[in-house]
Amino acid sequence: MKIANKPIKSYLLIVLALTAFFGYASDPVKSQDGGIVDTEQEVKDYILHHLKDSHDFHLFSYTSDGERKHVGFPLPVIVWGENGLTTFMSSEFHHDDSGHVIVEKNDSRFVKIHSKIYELEEGATTVNFDDHHHPTNAYKVLDFSITKSVFGILIIGLLMLLWFSRLAKQYKNKSIPTGFGRVLEPLVVYVRDEIARPNIGDKHYRRFTGYLLTVFFFIWIMNLVGLMPFGFNVTGQLAVTAALAVLTLIIYTFSAKKDYWQHVLWMPGVPIFVKPVLAVIELAGHFLIKPFSLLVRLFANISAGHIVVMSLIAIMFTLKNELGTVGATGLSLVLSFFITLIEVLVAFLQAYIFTMLSALFIGMAVEEHDHH
Amino acid sequence: MEQLLNDFSPGLFIVQTILFLLLIFLMVKFAWKPILNSLNDREEGIKSALDAAENAKKEMENLNADNERLLKEARIEREALLKEAREMKDKIISDATNEAQEKAGKMIEQAQAAIETEKKAAMAELKSHVAGLSIEIAEKVVREELSNKDKQLKLVEDMLGETTLN
Repeated sequence: MKIANKPIKSYLLIVLALTAFFGYASDPVKSQDGGIVDTEQEVKDYILHHLKDSHDFHLFSYTSDGERKHVGFPLPVIVWGENGLTTFMSSEFHHDDSGHVIVEKNDSRFVKIHSKIYELEEGATTVNFDDHHHPTNAYKVLDFSITKSVFGILIIGLLMLLWFSRLAKQYKNKSIPTGFGRVLEPLVVYVRDEIARPNIGDKHYRRFTGYLLTVFFFIWIMNLVGLMPFGFNVTGQLAVTAALAVLTLIIYTFSAKKDYWQHVLWMPGVPIFVKPVLAVIELAGHFLIKPFSLLVRLFANISAGHIVVMSLIAIMFTLKNELGTVGATGLSLVLSFFITLIEVLVAFLQAYIFTMLSALFIGMAVEEHDHH
Repeated sequence: MEQLLNDFSPGLFIVQTILFLLLIFLMVKFAWKPILNSLNDREEGIKSALDAAENAKKEMENLNADNERLLKEARIEREALLKEAREMKDKIISDATNEAQEKAGKMIEQAQAAIETEKKAAMAELKSHVAGLSIEIAEKVVREELSNKDKQLKLVEDMLGETTLN
């Protein structure tokens, strides 16, 4: 039974990997007319739209009878506006993203513009836009919706819990895991021995390993899922990477030893007039530069990856006139295939770097300087 | 930059923070703690097993050395015993020989002494016998001789002379 299962699983993996690649390609290709992505501007807009979070889970679109049909499922919208908490399903916007469809709930009027939910001011019935296409009579609400990203976070969180708690249970009966646990165990050991222990030190690493392991697997799986068709661009959301970076900031701020603060605020061994300058630089480093480097690096790498892959796929129609259908498609296939492979590497690399730097920052904070 | 700030969703930030904290908590409780503990236990087990094997090897070596030493000692002891036995044997043999020789010497001496005494006795007997015979003969002769006076005197003289010579 077990033996029969394994090849099937690996085939599934290959199929999944292939569809990951074609998934990107299929979206824009489907366009013929009416609402459709085939010009350079439309491609640009599509890519930018894809990078954003979305309030419904869109699987694919097709055109029949000149009308654009979208296939997917709605997700719950939960917003905190003028009149408190309001919930409704995102299907009530009818896939409108320009502010035309107004949802009236709880004495408030909500519209969706560029994947953001706005609440109209009292008495307003339509949205007015300024020259930069910003709404003038509506303001953003605090949006706790189960967006596509949140949906992804929930799914991946549950998946991680399932995988690793099963691995944990396996140890109860025997000391060597079997099956999928055998794949996960070396990864856990890798994070512990190659990231946590060398950077934090033997004395303190145990306390932070839980956080580092969670961050590593969360980012890595999210990055990989982001490469799949219908995937979630979670680690490409600034809010998500910011939340992760702030957590690292909080952890290394509250675990910092006296030694560390002394080095930050009143650096020993430098002339007295340099000390305040250094303190300002160190404080900026502690509270701004370090978390900022974490959040921007992850966000920018993943977003850039998505943009590059989708742009290469878009070669299929942007260069159709110059290279012909076969030439453009071939070029697009070859280039996007190799970039996707690189993105798989980047997915791991960014998870590794984020975890590594977090461990490094924590290690700097808890380090004890014996030589002073 | 404005675009980025516009895209930043505070709601998502809050939701992500809450969900991620929850995830960390659950993962630490149900996954990382038991996994890391078991990994540690296993590593410690392996380490102690290796140490035990190393110790056993060392003990084995010690044992072997001991055995070797004992064997060597036993060999030396055996050789010493053999040597002693050989010496004892030689000593016993030589002692016995000496004793036998002594005894034999003594016996020979005794025999010689006995022979001497027997000889003396025999000589004495022979002398007395010869003396008796001589006396008898002398008697007979004397009887004959003494029948004549001159002859008697001559004989006495002769005999006296002889005796002094003897």
